[in-house]
Amino acid sequence: MTLRARHLLGIEQLSPPEITEILDLADRYVDLNRRTVKSSDVLAGLTQINMFFENSTRTQASFEIAGKRLGADVMNMAMQASSIKKGETLIDTAMTLNAMRADAIVIRHGSSGAVQLISSKVDCPVLNAGDGSHEHPTQALLDALTIMRRKGKVEGQTVVICGDVLHSRVARSNLFCLKSLGAEVRVVAPPALMPSGIEAFCAIPFSNFDAALNGADVIMMLRLQNERMQGDFIPSPREYFHLYGLDERRLALAKPDALVMHPGPMNRGVEIASSVADHVDRSAITEQVEMGVAVRMACLDILTRKARGQEGWA
Amino acid sequence: MTNMSILNGNVILPGADTTEQLSLHIADGKIASVGAAAPTAEHIDGSGLIVAPGIIDLGVFKTDKPAFRFGGITRAALLPDQSPVHDDPATVRFAALKGKPDLWVHPLAAATQGLDGLHMAEIALMKDAGAVAVATGRKWIADSGVMLRIMHYCAALDLPVIVHNEDTGVAGHAVATAGETATLLGLSSAPVVAETLAIARDLLLAKESGAHVHFRQVTTAGGLDLIRAAKAKGLRVTCGITPAHLFLSDNAISDFRTFAQLSPPLRSESDRLACIQAIADGTIDVIASGHDPRGPEDKRLPFSESAPGMAGAETLLALSLNLVRDNVISMGRMFELLASNPAKILGLNAGQICEGQEADLILIDVDAPWQVDGNRMAALAGNTPFDRLPVQGRVRQMLKGGKLI
Repeated sequence: MTLRARHLLGIEQLSPPEITEILDLADRYVDLNRRTVKSSDVLAGLTQINMFFENSTRTQASFEIAGKRLGADVMNMAMQASSIKKGETLIDTAMTLNAMRADAIVIRHGSSGAVQLISSKVDCPVLNAGDGSHEHPTQALLDALTIMRRKGKVEGQTVVICGDVLHSRVARSNLFCLKSLGAEVRVVAPPALMPSGIEAFCAIPFSNFDAALNGADVIMMLRLQNERMQGDFIPSPREYFHLYGLDERRLALAKPDALVMHPGPMNRGVEIASSVADHVDRSAITEQVEMGVAVRMACLDILTRKARGQEGWA
Repeated sequence: MTNMSILNGNVILPGADTTEQLSLHIADGKIASVGAAAPTAEHIDGSGLIVAPGIIDLGVFKTDKPAFRFGGITRAALLPDQSPVHDDPATVRFAALKGKPDLWVHPLAAATQGLDGLHMAEIALMKDAGAVAVATGRKWIADSGVMLRIMHYCAALDLPVIVHNEDTGVAGHAVATAGETATLLGLSSAPVVAETLAIARDLLLAKESGAHVHFRQVTTAGGLDLIRAAKAKGLRVTCGITPAHLFLSDNAISDFRTFAQLSPPLRSESDRLACIQAIADGTIDVIASGHDPRGPEDKRLPFSESAPGMAGAETLLALSLNLVRDNVISMGRMFELLASNPAKILGLNAGQICEGQEADLILIDVDAPWQVDGNRMAALAGNTPFDRLPVQGRVRQMLKGGKLI
């Protein structure tokens, strides 16, 4: 199987067959991950560098575990404490790492487009672990895999994405991924947090959460970032919960078997009630984390195939 | 070189739409006669070339002689956003002298101290030191009281006020115009009301104060409508634009192209078309370069961290000529936008070819083809959003005060 691009910068650049191929391979890695002995030697001898310019616990851990399970030598760079603080430019940092001959670089950065900028300066595949408000492709892929395994397929599902859509890279990547796979996507956000021109992405915008939930198969809640809760975009966390929080009353408005998802970390009581987040049958939140490792293994596998002498990206 | 002639050039005369084949006689740095000049010992053959007034660039951020020479710019109005800020007579006087004799820099005085938007600068002293207008620089003055007092003051001193129009509250940290492209790229964006709101306020303050206000860049249909209506009511306002907003829309920032990161940001296609229309109907008075060369340290960065601005001096003329080729305006009108209108706004006795004026002239081969190449520009940096664009029109000769540059 081949990808057209060398890097995984966003879902927007992927074709539906490419997405499906990644998901199929990830599905197989789920089985490996459920064994007691989880090691593989697919990436043996290769070096994977994780550069997280923004704080991350779960995504960084997920990429680290994914690399290690495939046998790669994984190195985490603590970018906040590094040469960036000494004034080195992003491109100089990238070229330095490139000179160390990494075989895959995983990058998270707070600015939209920063990962693409770095990818243009390095020789190895770059995996976007989130850039600003732009894309977070592995999150969308793991969400799609979760839906596929729970619901059988993504096509035809009605998915509601609710929260700070304006600043959410998770929302953008999911929009592209879900539309590519044939789902109907509804987006719900406070007016100040709804991006302009969202209709052009074939998403149906709602400002009323209750109305959007009618007939929903999947409800994806987005994290509300603290810095937006201080009266800048919404008056207060409790007012936000009043209008956009997912509680049991609202959950009952969706289909009886509707799935609840959240990319984490959750603000319990702000965007999601604990009783919903912990709902044994309906919440897929911990499963999403599990799928995350498998999806990242699949992406690392596919993107390093060319370097390993196999058929890889074109 | 005290005496010379330019023979048989196609001369742009004041008020004329088309050129007339004439000869010019230059004596003591001034245009001595227009018509059938007797050939002097020193002469330039102007046949096949357009002989036009040197471009007067109303709004540059850097004094960049090689770029100005390439672009046919003989005078440039320098914005006060310098280091240090041009907010006192000494820096203004120095800036006014810096380019002479081959380039005349007309400094614009900072409206407020350090361009802080709060405390009025020594405007009258700067006027005496050579400032031809007052400017708010890259930013809008958010405090309406401060702005009104500045306009009253400038009206009394008979100095135009050159304003930047983006409401800071609406614009916030936006680096793009709200719309599909900004949403796709996940860039912070602001709706066009950031501009129209700022223009609406400053028009009201202009009316209240009687000041002559020049809106340096009007880039939206709504903003142009406001200016058009104000002009119809007889208000003393003028406005300008750069070629970027005439020929590019916000999809030029796709792929996070920082060379297309401008202030104000590029707009939608419908706004762009409204700008072209406003050039055609005379609402827009000035086309300027907004010349702001920025090296990789400012531009090879993630989009929202990169500095806005473009190197525009070299492409100003060739891109403006596209408006003539597309029959939006006549050749004569183009030089009103590039030379005589900026001169009028700044109160300069320049920008036209007539007897007694400084011989600031350019000879242009309007059909000469070339390609914009950011890697090989004369400017201090090659940050052009028009990289690789094929264009036509080259300045073959340039005279400042009768001297070949």
